[in-house]
Amino acid sequence: METVLRIFRGDGTTGAFRDYTVPLHEGMVVLDAVHWVQAHQASDLACRWNCKAGRCGSCSAEVNGKPRLMCMTRMDHFPPGEAITLAPMKAFPVMKDLVCDVSWNYGVNKRVPAFQPRPPEPDGTWRMQQVDIDRVQEFRKCIECFLCQDVCHVLRDHDRKDRFAGPRFLVRLAGLEMHPLDVASRTAHLKEEAGIGFCNITKCCTEVCPESIHITDNAIIPLKERVVDDFYDPLRRLWRRLRGTS
Amino acid sequence: MDRFETQTYDVLVVGAGGAGLRAAIEAAEQGVSVAVVCKSLLGKAHTVMAEGGVAAALATTDARDSWKVHFRDTMRGGKLLNDWRMAQLLAVEAPARVRELEAWGALFDRTPDGRILQRNFGGHQYPRLAHVGDRTGLEMIRTLQDKTVQAPRIDVLMESTVARLLTGDGRITGALAYRRETGRFLLLRTKAAVLATGGIGRAYKINSNSWEYTGDGHALAYDAGADLIGMEFVQFHPTGMVWPLSVRGILVTEGVRGEGGVLKNSRGERFMFRYIPEMFRRDFADTEEEADRWVAEVVAGRKAEARRPPELLTRDVVARAITQEVREGRGSPHGGAFLDIASRRKPEEIRKKLPSMYQQFLELADVDITREPMEVGPTTHYMMGGVKVDPETQAATVPGLFAAGEVAGGLHGANRLGGNSLSDLLVFGRRAGLGAATYARAVTSEPRVDAGRVDAIAAELLAPFERRAGESPYAVQDALQDMMGTYVGIARSADDLQGALAGIEQLRARAARAGVDGNRQYNPGWHTALDLRNLLTVSEAVTRAALARRESRGAHTRVEYPDSDPQLGRVNVVVRREGDAMTVREEPIPPVPDELRQILEGKD
Repeated sequence: METVLRIFRGDGTTGAFRDYTVPLHEGMVVLDAVHWVQAHQASDLACRWNCKAGRCGSCSAEVNGKPRLMCMTRMDHFPPGEAITLAPMKAFPVMKDLVCDVSWNYGVNKRVPAFQPRPPEPDGTWRMQQVDIDRVQEFRKCIECFLCQDVCHVLRDHDRKDRFAGPRFLVRLAGLEMHPLDVASRTAHLKEEAGIGFCNITKCCTEVCPESIHITDNAIIPLKERVVDDFYDPLRRLWRRLRGTS
Repeated sequence: MDRFETQTYDVLVVGAGGAGLRAAIEAAEQGVSVAVVCKSLLGKAHTVMAEGGVAAALATTDARDSWKVHFRDTMRGGKLLNDWRMAQLLAVEAPARVRELEAWGALFDRTPDGRILQRNFGGHQYPRLAHVGDRTGLEMIRTLQDKTVQAPRIDVLMESTVARLLTGDGRITGALAYRRETGRFLLLRTKAAVLATGGIGRAYKINSNSWEYTGDGHALAYDAGADLIGMEFVQFHPTGMVWPLSVRGILVTEGVRGEGGVLKNSRGERFMFRYIPEMFRRDFADTEEEADRWVAEVVAGRKAEARRPPELLTRDVVARAITQEVREGRGSPHGGAFLDIASRRKPEEIRKKLPSMYQQFLELADVDITREPMEVGPTTHYMMGGVKVDPETQAATVPGLFAAGEVAGGLHGANRLGGNSLSDLLVFGRRAGLGAATYARAVTSEPRVDAGRVDAIAAELLAPFERRAGESPYAVQDALQDMMGTYVGIARSADDLQGALAGIEQLRARAARAGVDGNRQYNPGWHTALDLRNLLTVSEAVTRAALARRESRGAHTRVEYPDSDPQLGRVNVVVRREGDAMTVREEPIPPVPDELRQILEGKD
């Protein structure tokens, strides 16, 4: 048994899809097929990977047009006999083959206002209930594969990287905002710098998340509510005006 | 050399896993300038794969725990070959390092009274592993990553590989690296370098490690003239996936056994009862009834009064037991053992405590672990041996060179306990950062590098492009992995080891002929060709050290010498480069002081 992988080969300026025939074996994943091509047909085929177990979020690509982790995508997921197309994520500039330049994300992360814990209890530690951290642990499952960024139309189709942080960093901000120990407010950051208003809750990010984080429902919508409370609530606005704070 | 991108720092950290990031944070806090160079993107280092937890005697789940018990467990797990001072520092400092992570935003699972919950693990007498389900490493690396990017004075140079360390007047002065993205060279001048490069698992075919684990730090240190110790001790984790082929070696966390999972052979026997070593006999249950009582107590959240199930023996013991069951014809269909949690815990508990394992087996092996057992077998997992360091500062034997985490040797002795690697990263990452910063501040001269040497290294690194018709570097790596697995695996003989040395020489010749296609831009074939050098160096070191240790101890088993030799229990095997030759010698390990010996003997 064998199948054809149609892989994008090229860089930021030129490129084309090329076909590679690979042998199939039981349980094989797309990343195995890419490794086979590297070892036997194209030693310079560029692709990122690390853990090969869905933990590190390195091997993101578009498999038959859908953003996926190659290490967690089984070859037998696709109909036999049909070529499987592999392309780099579309929302970021292509560096080479399946590797794209994701450095913008690291810049966004750097500007997120840092964790600010409340003072610890007299014994120097903190008490927290499991139910209170369950919510935040969902956000902290994120493996930074950037598939949500890739599929988000604000970034993918409108390229508003200048104004919008994208679902990944709204999840990160939610993890800080809802952290039981954190005392900082990030609503101004969410409104201005992270551009949360750009999200119109189409939930595409949630659909592609390999960690099944409910990005839109559990992270973005509650954050939008906090921003609305702080900046657009008429009673609060009046209160702020009366107190002379802006 | 002049045309290379050049940067100057006080401290260069090689590797961005837990140890590298913790070292960088500490060095920067001391006020020196720091660069972190890592082969992958930030946050993807192997620490992210750590599942079970971080061992620290917080005593939140069982008040009987203390640093002394942790120290004793670590030393006994390492078959007393550990550097006692490192083991003591680990046990004493780990709780503070874990609490510090919490202060930086990490969120560990909680006890009913809101404190950090601790989990049972192999070789630890009490529940000791602070954890987050089965994704503790991710929690750690994200916490350290966010702390790093917001720290002043730290530059992170992602997707760059350090190819050689540079020395002048016998001390570290810099490193030559290449940016993977462009293939361009990067000359880093530095006063001190901290190696935090992890292990060597890619020298073996069946392993739980990522492509990054090519023994870079071990080889960089060796090339620079530093001593390596304990290289014969490679940890084979007892439970890797064995089927299907494409996932062979991927780790199945020891947490499965910590949560009550049991090992069975093809006859349905819980075989571990037959493999309890004398040293541990009084600490482990000898009947299924008692072992099950322990699980019931733990599940109910009570203090365990029953003795622990033998599935929680140390990794060396369990890995050997599975190998023997398979050899004697009682293996699972694909040559492993059955690991069963389905019949022990409720499906919702399994999904809550072991979510990644559940996902991993469902998606990659079509196995629902809440309903059926997993098939598992040994996989190359961790390198106990490494750069010989000073326990207080993590300084190597070459001035200006430091090492922390898996690449450093000594702490774990002949076998590492699960959970101790994550505390290792934090405790000794911090100490290495402090040691390197202190050293760098004392160096008054600017680091100078020899231009001729840099040009010669650069030419060597580009040589594979001149052999376009040469053999594929992937084929050479594949052959090395096969050979190491066959001849330098769990059970070793002098004949096999001699055969491996001859094989390494042949592979070295093949590596010198390996060629690559394409250009320097993001070229994995070229990167693989360059990694071969390191893999061959560490493979030779493992093989030579294994030949020198004529006994069986911990993870090292010699078929001709099945017992431990008390004489050899007092020495380290030290590997060092002399000219172009690898030399091996024995060196006494520092004796344990009396007050700590009392703890080891359980008199404390």
